[in-house]
Amino acid sequence: MTGWRDHLPGRSGWFWLALFAATWLLSRYSWDLYKAFDARWIVKFPSAYILPVEARISAFMRWLVEDAGFGLFSFRDVTRFISMLIEIPYDFMRDLLIDGFSTGLGNAAVQIAPPLSWIAIIVTLVAMGHYARNWKLAALVGGCFLYLAVFGQWDSAMVTLASVLIAVPIGSVGGLLLGILAYRSPLFERLLRPLLDLMQTVPVFAYLVPILFLFGFGPVAALVATIIYAMPPMVRVTIVALHGVPNETRDVGVMVGCTRRQMMWKVIVPSAAPTLMVGVNQVIMLTLNMVIIASMIGAGGLGFDVLSALRRLDIGGGIEAGLAIVVMAIALDRLSQAFASRNVATRAPDPNRNLFQRHPWVATVLLVAICTYLLSQVAPALQAYPEAATLSTGAFWSDFMGYINVHFFDVFETIKTALLSYLLLPVKRFFVGIPWPWGIMAMTLIGWRAGGLWLAALSGILTALIAMVGLWDKAMITVYLCGVSVLIASAIGIPMGIMAAQNDTANRVVGSFIDTLQTLPSFVYLIPVVMLFRVGDFSAMIAVVLYAMAPAVRYAAHGIRSVDPQLIEAGLVSGCTPRQVLWRIKLPMAIPELLLGLNQTIMLALSMLVITALVGTRDLGQEVYIALTKANSGQGIVAGLAVAFIAIVADRILSATASRMRRKMGLEQ
Amino acid sequence: MRLSTFAAAACAGLVMAGSAFAEAESQEPIKLTMHDWTGQLLTTTIMGKVLAEAGYNVEYVQADYIAQFAGLKSGDLHVAMEIWETTGREAMDEAIGTGQVVNMGDTGMKAIEEWWYPAYMEEVCPGLPDWQALNDCAREFATPETAPMGRYLGGPVTWGGFDEERIESLGLDFEVVHAGTDAALFAELESAYQRKAPIVLWIYAPHWAPTKYEGNFVAFPPYTPECYEDPSVGINPNMAYDCGKPTGPIWKVAWSGLADKWPGAAKAVEAFTISNEDMGAMVSAVDLDGKSLDEVSDAWLAANSSVWQSWIAN
Repeated sequence: MTGWRDHLPGRSGWFWLALFAATWLLSRYSWDLYKAFDARWIVKFPSAYILPVEARISAFMRWLVEDAGFGLFSFRDVTRFISMLIEIPYDFMRDLLIDGFSTGLGNAAVQIAPPLSWIAIIVTLVAMGHYARNWKLAALVGGCFLYLAVFGQWDSAMVTLASVLIAVPIGSVGGLLLGILAYRSPLFERLLRPLLDLMQTVPVFAYLVPILFLFGFGPVAALVATIIYAMPPMVRVTIVALHGVPNETRDVGVMVGCTRRQMMWKVIVPSAAPTLMVGVNQVIMLTLNMVIIASMIGAGGLGFDVLSALRRLDIGGGIEAGLAIVVMAIALDRLSQAFASRNVATRAPDPNRNLFQRHPWVATVLLVAICTYLLSQVAPALQAYPEAATLSTGAFWSDFMGYINVHFFDVFETIKTALLSYLLLPVKRFFVGIPWPWGIMAMTLIGWRAGGLWLAALSGILTALIAMVGLWDKAMITVYLCGVSVLIASAIGIPMGIMAAQNDTANRVVGSFIDTLQTLPSFVYLIPVVMLFRVGDFSAMIAVVLYAMAPAVRYAAHGIRSVDPQLIEAGLVSGCTPRQVLWRIKLPMAIPELLLGLNQTIMLALSMLVITALVGTRDLGQEVYIALTKANSGQGIVAGLAVAFIAIVADRILSATASRMRRKMGLEQ
Repeated sequence: MRLSTFAAAACAGLVMAGSAFAEAESQEPIKLTMHDWTGQLLTTTIMGKVLAEAGYNVEYVQADYIAQFAGLKSGDLHVAMEIWETTGREAMDEAIGTGQVVNMGDTGMKAIEEWWYPAYMEEVCPGLPDWQALNDCAREFATPETAPMGRYLGGPVTWGGFDEERIESLGLDFEVVHAGTDAALFAELESAYQRKAPIVLWIYAPHWAPTKYEGNFVAFPPYTPECYEDPSVGINPNMAYDCGKPTGPIWKVAWSGLADKWPGAAKAVEAFTISNEDMGAMVSAVDLDGKSLDEVSDAWLAANSSVWQSWIAN
């Protein structure tokens, strides 16, 4: 029996309804209130009270970069020393992969040894693929790199690979060490967490200028920025992995009399290794995400090719270089995942075999490297892939884009106008109209409702800080753009995830689709999107949706798949149709997981806003970008922090809600 | 192959005969910055090849246009060949203000920036290029977001340009929409040009766009400094900016230590000049005819050897 009372909102339902109604009313009439009471402070934070943090941060940065010192040497000497330490292995990698070893400077340079030939590099990767799993993986990895050679991306790809090969070990080992420290000392962990949040959410553009000053101009600064961005997941994974080592394993360690150090390095870390490799995989993917931004400050490689092709409006060239990044990401991703799940087969080396027989792959690789080097004296094609044999699909893409543009522009225009006038603009008016004092109050209330007093204080204070640095309007535009994009991304992504969870073929198709979307540099599709939808919020929204959809899909699929089979069984026994199983059992049970997906979608959407500033939005991303072009480090950092605050508030509220729901459903104590 | 070694190899043959007066100066490589537009790559390649000819070691570093000032100030980078008065002035002034960056004079090229429309718009709007014709066909330029006003696509906010003020003072029925980058700007032009759709936007030269697409700059009342500063001057007696945009030189800048470390190179950089016409032709050769940077710059060097010889003749 369902009476009409069941359809009324519950106590918490009334709360949300009232909050929304109040916000809507205030937003709608804020301008009238200002006129009626002649109180401009309602709509605009009084400029006399704006905190002067921007100037302070700029001054601090100037001091740090120019004057800070420890007596004998300055802060900059320290960072320059670090950058020298990174540069040595980086130069070695580049020499090995692409430049060749030489002595002397410039004109006087003499080459001592050539770089590894393309054949030797591919054979090395095939060997690693076979070692990590099987021939199938070896073929995939080899094929990916062969693609790079055939499509003429080899040289740039090797430059990018060199920086990946430096950034990933530093990021992984650094993350591991920080994770271990956090594991050992809860206090350190508590201090580290907010820092990790900031590292992940402050847009890279915001701290690019200080990094350039401190680490010098060129690939090293780009590497440092990449490492800052890519390391946090490794730290988080390490903490989780170390805590996840079973107590039995630890007890064994204690019983055999391990010291503290032995315990960590010989017992805990090795048994956590498979989970740790997941973190390494994340570091690889994020490093590849950074190649475009890194190329803006001198990293070169594929990212630079994408940027310069698109500046020339060579869409085909941009897509080719972008796909090369995707291909490389796929190869490295699969390879690292294979290493993560590899069964460590401990075969004792057979003493009867010689060195070569015991290490067949190492021997083959060495043999190929030496043979190609010797033979390349006669046949240069063995050293560098011959240019004449490269393929290009560039013209096809440009023509394709032109065809779509000429024939379908009007259709797109109609869709765009409809979405703009019925969704984007009303949402924009709603958010931009919210008076800042009420905004702070509303966030405090939401925080209190979701996670109690502590969360109320956190979200209230962070929201107030955004208003107090005078960025309220831009923050609200950010929230609007991000909110609409997340809404659309979820509306497309969650059904895709559900489909993927129910059907294996769909799963494979959807999986490779979102992998491509996530690793393809957004710049590649940003420019075609502008061609079809013109400069403005709408183009920005499309780019954000494309990029941020992936977690919505992944978490939805994961949530549906991990519903307790007994519950589904119970449903089937009591006679549910498949439709009812989905709507009444699977979806409600997957809600906490969906919320986490939503959380990740918001994070990605916010990180994308900085890129969409390049097509002309008026939000915080634009503020960060303007600060970069004016080399104003204070302005950049303040706006970057505002983005981070929005991210942190959204993250805390959603996580708190998700864990409350899980508790309610009895999934977690 | 890294660009530096490439250039070094390309020049090695020529260097043999060249005067090697640079031997007394530092053998460390002079770092020239490369950005992401063809014109700048060409000026930099030409400068680099001339310096290599004089016996200097040269290295090309890819760097962002504005972010490079951080490197120039600290001496990580040494020479930047193109700083446009129109887009880089603020960053350049800030850097020169620190005393660690010096202006090496202008490149001889003049940056032109103005409202621009494709040639097919003259049929739709017969009065063009005269600016007064714009109002008669503002509706043609309108989009759903801006209607009934025409839509003018301006450059990124950071470029300045006083377009909002110009629209106000000249009474144009247009609204400014800012592109975030120039890539977005030209993406819209390409799209509109393919469809022969109406568009009026900010274009600058020297650039490949005015060569690739047929069209003209809108003829505003000519710029004078008084027009920008004094409201009473010009068509609108009450407001400033009632005229077109100024043309500005493209500057060369360098790290202040350049002249001490490589005095001869500093002189060569100061002496470097090239004309708008030469540059426009070279840019089209690269971007539209698909020739390589090296090919085009070598051809220029071969044709103008007396010009660049004088830059390095003490």
